[in-house]
Parts: sequence; structure tokens; C-alpha cells
Amino acid sequence: MGGYSALRLLREGLRDQRGWRPAWRSPKLRKAYDIVIVGGGGHGLATAYYLARNHGITNVAVLEKGWLGGGNTGRNTTVIRSNYYYPESCALYDLSLRLYEGLSRELNYNVMFSRRGMMILHHSEHEREIAARTVNAMRLNGVDAELLDRDEVRARAPLLNFGEDARHPILGAVWQGRAGTGRHDAVAWGYARAADRLGVEIVQNCEVTGFIVEGGTCKGVETSLGPVRAGRVGMAVAGHSSHLAAMAGFRLPLTSYALQAFVSEPLKPMLDCVVASPAHGVYISQSDKGGLVMGGALDRVPAYGQRGNLPVQEDVLGGLVDCFPAIARVGLLRQWAGIVDVSPDSSPILGPSPLPGLYLNCGWGTGGFKAIPAGGLVFAHILAEGAHHPVSAPFDLTRFERGRLIDEGAASGIAH
Amino acid sequence: MQVYTCPFCGLRDEREFFFAGEAGAARPDTTGPVSDAEWADYVHMRRNALGRAREVWMHLTCGELFVMERDTLSARVLESVALRAEPGSGEGAGSAEASGGPDSASGPDGEGAP
Repeated sequence: MGGYSALRLLREGLRDQRGWRPAWRSPKLRKAYDIVIVGGGGHGLATAYYLARNHGITNVAVLEKGWLGGGNTGRNTTVIRSNYYYPESCALYDLSLRLYEGLSRELNYNVMFSRRGMMILHHSEHEREIAARTVNAMRLNGVDAELLDRDEVRARAPLLNFGEDARHPILGAVWQGRAGTGRHDAVAWGYARAADRLGVEIVQNCEVTGFIVEGGTCKGVETSLGPVRAGRVGMAVAGHSSHLAAMAGFRLPLTSYALQAFVSEPLKPMLDCVVASPAHGVYISQSDKGGLVMGGALDRVPAYGQRGNLPVQEDVLGGLVDCFPAIARVGLLRQWAGIVDVSPDSSPILGPSPLPGLYLNCGWGTGGFKAIPAGGLVFAHILAEGAHHPVSAPFDLTRFERGRLIDEGAASGIAH
Repeated sequence: MQVYTCPFCGLRDEREFFFAGEAGAARPDTTGPVSDAEWADYVHMRRNALGRAREVWMHLTCGELFVMERDTLSARVLESVALRAEPGSGEGAGSAEASGGPDSASGPDGEGAP
């Protein structure tokens, strides 16, 4: 398997594209591994990659019940940003952003990270004060941030509704220039290919049905393809974390909801940054193909069905038309939903579970995609060392007992 | 649009309802000492069941709280029971199935409205 390059592309073009090989192997499940990772989404695959690259542990299996990246990794709106409030969050999400910046080169796989910038609008004097506070907090945490006024917002996104009759008048925005979007499938595939090349085994269509527990310690998993023993087990299964936790005999502080997203028919370029409006409860960007990629608030109904309900569709699309009146007659191409695991403080849960030998990477809620590289890096550290990475320590499950929550739900002011 | 059953008002639009939390969570007995772990368990931990779930919902237009049993995967509503009645006694008015889909024919088990 050669690397991907422009030269290779040219050569294969001249050879009728007959030289390409599968990007990763499809090995048979073995009986035992040093580490088994449940969940072949971005976080699971990134974890496997960093286990091999940073810790030299290659006797690793990633078990995926469906296909790689078929869950939330392939269902999000691809926004990558680190405009959080608390130092703990900025450390985690900005680590992720910095890893994204070099990811295409590192993985030899184009994840199409486009640093197009993001603005979070504010629509009232009160929101403006909170926005100024957010900008200050981000800067203190070493993250780039600017406060834009109305004219600066208009210069960046002239199609926004600046009219007198706007339901929420635009006063300004918080700008993060290093934020952007990426190709979400490519992130999963890039990590899968890179991990596979380092010796990790990726087994698809392999559903975990239970845990092997001996002497009060997790010693492996039961799967649809038979039992697998492991020194340590990590789970990175997003919306299904509570379901797996129930198999392991404990509960998590998570509720699973459907989060919907939409993409429009392709249009000529009309928006070259990401725009979010907490007051409308919506966010939007334009993909490289021209489709408007849009999302909004959660469905308010706990759910495991990957569909999404009509009331939220109405709210989101109505809010977007309020923001961008010009798109009122644009047709939708697709609509879908992913099942997100929302924690009480909208921050992830990383580290040991109540069952020794089983480790958690969950609770990312609506923001897991942007965190894939950092989530994988710190989770690999946790699985390799059996102890926290400095960045992951504040996100331990015990914070709920200690009362030391990292309440980003309230701090970011978005309706998640 | 899905419709849910309010035990008092009957079939109503889902937008009139508010999810209040999982049913059956018992507040720790504060007449004795309560540990941090017990509080955390009560305040934060959830079953978050895949499949059949018992939940407390509020019908916002009449203001009543009630227990609704739903399938969290199919979104099918299995039963709605008023909180003031013993669950399963059938005395909560209108314990009935309701679902948005045409395939909602499979009724609730143990439904006992006289």
C-alpha cells in the first residue's frame, strides 16, 4: 500500500485506476488483544491510531457494530472550533483544533480542514456583554477570539438579515478565525487507514453484546462474532454509552437525544464562514460542493431512533430563514439525525468507569466531531497508562460526585 | 407530527408536551445522612434506556404531570397514566396508546381502562 500523493494520483490516472488497494484490511476477529476499543467512529479510530503511534501498542482491535464512521462521525455538521469558556474546555478543544491543523499531513489523508472562521452572533445588549466576556475568557485561555461589531459582521456575511424587521437584530459576533469545517467521513477513514497501517485490527459488523467480568474486573467483551479477551477495554460509542453501561452494570449521567442536520441543494458561493445564532438556535455553513449545511437545537425527546422530529425541523429551518431571508426558497437535499449523549454539564466524560478495566470516552453530546483528535489522543493515553492525561483529568466521571462540573451548556449560551 | 396521549385531554400534538425526567427516581431520605455518591446518583445518573422507558411528562396546556411509557427506538407511545393513579391500576383516565405512525396498532400491554 503506497501513500497518497499527487504523483500517485497521476500514475493511477494513467493506469486506468487499477493500482488502488483497500485503505484498510478486514481481519478476522482474534481471541485476545491488549486493548479492545468498542466503537469504530472518529473517537474510537483516533484512539487506536494514537495508541499505536504515541504508545507503541499495536495489539489493538476496534470493534464496530455497523460500518466505520456510520454513527455521529458521519452525521454532524463538520464544524471544528474551540470557542469555549472554561480553561479545562479550551485546553481540550484547542488541543483538538491544533491537531486538526496538521492532520491531513500526519495521516497522509486529506481531511479537508478548511479554516474559514466562525462567528457566533449576538442580538441584544445583554448577549453582547456575555459575548465580550466570552472573548476575554478565550483570550485568557490562549485561544484566538475577536468581538465583531455589526458592520464587521455585515462585511463577512452580507446575506444575513440586517433589515429593520429582523426578528433578532444583529449587533455583532464573537469571531474565531482558526475555526472551520472538515470532511467528517475522511476523518474516520484517515484515522482508520493510519491505524491499520500501524497494525491495529479494525473489525466491522461486530456488535458488542456484553462484558466479560472476572473477579470484579472487565476482562473483555462478548460480541456477535464470539468472545474477545482484552487487558483493557475502552468504549467510545456516543449515544449508545448508557446502553453499554447497563450491560456492564452501572449508569451514566447521560441522556440520548436525536440531533438533526440538513443539507440544501448546491448553490453558488454565498457564505464563506460558519455562522451560529444562539437566539435563533441555528448554525450554518456552506460546503465545498455548495450545499448549505445546517443544524440547530436538539429534539427535546429522549431517543435512540436516528430520525428527528418535525417540530424541531420547523424551528431550525424557520430560524435559518429569519437569519438568511435569501434562502427561503432553497430546496433541502437531505435531512438526518444522530444520537448524541448529553451530559448534565455539556462536557465529555473521560477516564475510568465504575467497572475496573473498562474506560469511558463519552458525553460529547452535540460536539464530538471537533474533538476527535484530542479525544483520541487523551483516551489512548488513558488506555495505555491506566491513568489520566493532564488534559482529560478534569473530565473524570467522579466530577459529578465531587460537584466540580464544567458547565459549558450554560457558558456557551447555545441551546444544547 | 406525532401525537401523545394526555390522560386528561386525550390525543394532542407533541409540541404541547414537555419531557420532565425519568420516572421512578427516588429522592434520598434526608432524615438520615446522605453521601455525595447517593446525591450524585439521584441528581445526575440516568437509566437512559434503549427501548422501553418510563418517563414523567407534562402536558403544558393543562399543566398536569403524568407517566408515559415509550419505546425510545421506535418513538412509539405505549401507555399514558396519570400520576395520581397507581400505575397499572387503570384508574388514570385515558390510558391509551398513541403514536404518530400508521403502524401503531400494537396496543399497550397490561392496559386496564375499565
